[in-house]
Amino acid sequence: MSSLSYAAPTTVDEAVKLLAGASGLAKVLSGGTDLLVQLRAGRLKPDLIVDTKKIPGIIGIRKGSDGGFVIGAATPGAEVEANAELNAAWPGIVEALDLIGSTQVQGRCSLAGNLCNASPAADSVPALFAAGAIAVVVGGKGKREVPVEQIPTGPGRTSLGKDEFILEFKLPPRGARSGDAYLRFIPRTEMDIAVVGCGINVTLDEKGVCTAARVALGAVSPTVIMVPEAAQVLVGHTLDADTLAKLDAAAQAAAKPITDKRGTVEYRKKVAGVLARRVAAIAFDRAQGKTNGKAH
Amino acid sequence: MNYVASDLKVVGTRPVRPDGVDKVTGRAVFAADTRAAGMLWGKIKRSPHAHARILSIDTSKAAALPGVKAVVTAADFPDIPSEEAFVGEGPMNFRDLALNVMARSKALYEGHAIAAVAATTQEIADRALELIDVQYEVLPFVIDVEAAMAPDAPILHDDLFTAGVNPKAEKPSNIAKVVTFKKGDVEAGFKDAEVVVEGRYTTQPVHQAYIEPHACLASYQPDGQVSIHASSQGHFMVRAYTAKLLGMDMANIRVNPAEIGGGFGGKTLIYLEPVAVALSKKAGRPVKIQMTREEVFRGSGPTSGATVEVKIGAKKDGTIVAAQQVLKYQAGAFPGSPIGPGCMCGFAMYDLPNVDVVGYDVVSNRPKVAAYRAPGAPITSFAVESAIDDLARKLGMDPLTLREKNAAKNGTKTHYGPVHQNIGFTAVLDAVKAHPHWKTPVKDGQGRGLAVGFWFNIGGESTATVHVNEDGSVTVATGSPDIGGSRASMGMMVAEVLGIDVARVKATVADTASIGFTHLTGGSRVTFATGMAATQAAEKVVDDLKKRAAATWEIPVEAVEWKDGKAYPAGSNAGAFEPLDLAALALKAARTGGPIVAEVSVNAQGAGAGFGAHICDVSVDKETGHVTIERYTAVQDVGRAIHPSYVEGQIQGGAAQGIGWALNEEYIYNAKGQMENPGFLDYRVPVASDVPMIEAVLVEVPNPRHPFGVRGVGEVPIVPPMAAIGNAIKSATGVRMPDLPMSPPKVRAALDAAG
Repeated sequence: MSSLSYAAPTTVDEAVKLLAGASGLAKVLSGGTDLLVQLRAGRLKPDLIVDTKKIPGIIGIRKGSDGGFVIGAATPGAEVEANAELNAAWPGIVEALDLIGSTQVQGRCSLAGNLCNASPAADSVPALFAAGAIAVVVGGKGKREVPVEQIPTGPGRTSLGKDEFILEFKLPPRGARSGDAYLRFIPRTEMDIAVVGCGINVTLDEKGVCTAARVALGAVSPTVIMVPEAAQVLVGHTLDADTLAKLDAAAQAAAKPITDKRGTVEYRKKVAGVLARRVAAIAFDRAQGKTNGKAH
Repeated sequence: MNYVASDLKVVGTRPVRPDGVDKVTGRAVFAADTRAAGMLWGKIKRSPHAHARILSIDTSKAAALPGVKAVVTAADFPDIPSEEAFVGEGPMNFRDLALNVMARSKALYEGHAIAAVAATTQEIADRALELIDVQYEVLPFVIDVEAAMAPDAPILHDDLFTAGVNPKAEKPSNIAKVVTFKKGDVEAGFKDAEVVVEGRYTTQPVHQAYIEPHACLASYQPDGQVSIHASSQGHFMVRAYTAKLLGMDMANIRVNPAEIGGGFGGKTLIYLEPVAVALSKKAGRPVKIQMTREEVFRGSGPTSGATVEVKIGAKKDGTIVAAQQVLKYQAGAFPGSPIGPGCMCGFAMYDLPNVDVVGYDVVSNRPKVAAYRAPGAPITSFAVESAIDDLARKLGMDPLTLREKNAAKNGTKTHYGPVHQNIGFTAVLDAVKAHPHWKTPVKDGQGRGLAVGFWFNIGGESTATVHVNEDGSVTVATGSPDIGGSRASMGMMVAEVLGIDVARVKATVADTASIGFTHLTGGSRVTFATGMAATQAAEKVVDDLKKRAAATWEIPVEAVEWKDGKAYPAGSNAGAFEPLDLAALALKAARTGGPIVAEVSVNAQGAGAGFGAHICDVSVDKETGHVTIERYTAVQDVGRAIHPSYVEGQIQGGAAQGIGWALNEEYIYNAKGQMENPGFLDYRVPVASDVPMIEAVLVEVPNPRHPFGVRGVGEVPIVPPMAAIGNAIKSATGVRMPDLPMSPPKVRAALDAAG
């Protein structure tokens, strides 16, 4: 019979050492809302689980020296949603994380877990990509800062080394007239996996013309992808009918989905276009201070 | 006797449910909660192939693994002959069931049981399964019903010849049976018709999706006695099947009914019990087997998927003059789809002169279907009620008016033979017409659909015992597992007859050694048939109590009346005695004749058929194809609601399951014939936020064949939803969705195709 070791180190160094020294498969545990399910289903048989939640600072939200937010990697969804300042600055990230699982799961699920599980359909990831979030990665070689879009490399795969894990995320300081949003499409209304997800983050000028944009799509490629072509469509324009049509086309062109049990190629491409238009509308409204409430 | 509605004090009220606290606090004991000293864990090895010949099974490595106490294969079970089963719900053959429980020479679907082990821990049992070496010859397979009917289709059973054809079939076929029903002259009817609608509809197999996976604990004693704790819809059914499959006497098997976590028809047959008994016999220790959700999907029965062609002809005034159907139902790996009820129920709501229905029962390489709420009826009704909606559009007629014009009434002869009696369909349609939902204009951007449905409901064999305890409290024991509130309704009916507070009555489900035979809980029969037995037993107790009071007072029994839980002298001539209540009589029982007990066994006849009509409003996101159920009203003739909250719950539950069937539920197979979505993440039953508040409207046309007027209520509500939703989508978008599920990709594609 195989055995499974569990460790809950209280320092980064200790955690890194445990990961580096593991003889077989070692997995990092944050909330465990993916990992435990995979263990139970027999899809993963790790020899070592390193629980990071006892490391100081890995749970919690604070303001960085640059005025941006720093979110601990294992901060549960419920805590993120309860943070009013973060809600005001980055509603897209908050609503994306909020979509994961049930109320019970929200007590555990984390941004780092969602990112490192590396599912192309992860809900919080397109929002993090669109925000331009930075992952602070720790490991044997010390600390490094990595744009989140460089973390997932394929379904279930990341660019992190065996002894590395994410300590926290940095969100850039929020400028004026900026807004983000995330929508996903699921066949039901809850408790489902995105058939397509879309996160958009924009900054506008005083006339409502877009000056900066980031567009990310989920579930249409082996990883969540950035769609710079869609962002270019937005920059220099208000959200008029022509821009929306071009955005739809750009999103559809960038989507390279597969047909599987959750959707067909044809359907996913169409929905990618639909969502891009709807998400852009919400992000533009938010950037202009229109209180249209939550996207969901 | 029949009770008059205005006299009822308990029936029709809403006492707190007797099993509620245990269930919400997690204390209720389900089959998976049972434990026994020295218990082993049983696990089942299942076929990864959709169709394969089993060349060899080598269990030696598994048996040698420390901690493994028994391994069984089909060789450990008697090879029983073909014999029509006398238990269960729907057609079943003992040999087929035996082969379904443990494959003998061929694996007929992915998930088919091949071997089983019992070990000291679940982990060892899992490891042992991996060590069982099965050599297969993989065979071509067929999943789809029409593909299975093709002349060149892979044949599942060399000894299966189509029944019901003339001349007799000479070659084996996947078509197990052809059934036909004819009334009048359908060709002449269509010649007479001024408007004709036609359609071809497909439905997907859907699982009953009970929250509790199958589980049992079996113990084989050295003296040949077996005890089984199992969750099922009928512990007598479990006993009979287990005895038959193992070649045992029923008297040697005692089955204890555990609390059941949902059945919906899916627990009217067995999968695990004979395997657990065989393992226990070999190991000499109790064995527990508990399916995972994945095993439930891969190894247990959904209901049929089907193809249904329908054609209906009418006069311009809406009078239907001809109706025709061809139904092809998937049976799964063994014969026995609900094709019979499928052929009967589609047109049963209407008074039709000319009808022609042909049905095919077809095997293919998927799990054997099991009963699911009104088996067969929702499928056929999806087609017929969609066609009726099309007919109303073509005639320019209101869909309710069209149904009223053709509605079956008392005296209507059905196309399958019987004449409708004591039905309340007209009252249901009247209630629709009067309901605010029907009278409120459809909101902008939404669509409204109407569909009706029928189910026979059954009676049958039931036993109930009523015991008056020494303190005057009352115990009612029946043989009916409680899947829909029967303990509440039994207690209420008995309390009503005895004239006492329902809180003084406790209803229980007795095991197979403690109560007379009772047919399983299915066919919406329990409140009707077991309720009849319980009512009659309570009436016998009242008669007995009156005799005892008469003896105490030394007056004739005719001079005693029973009222509000007390014996009274019938009038001033009878004498001036203080009334004797139940507690007083119970206390004196030893001096007035001994224990106060009555047992009644019935074979209840006269079950009242059920009719329902559902109104549904939807909105459709035309860009994503997502359908939202905005408002839903379910009207049903329930005879008399013993406990209205339970009846409403049955109707809401049936409608909710219908919403899942309509919108998202389906089995997704890969190119190897393996199921791709064996879990609730991708097999999408509705979640709470998918379902609006379903308003249940109870129409009460009492069934005169039951003392309180009861008709079955649990099955009708799953019949209309698919067509009601499809008709609403048609009304919202102009597009007819003939293929279930009406999932977002399909709706979007249909909208795109329609331009």
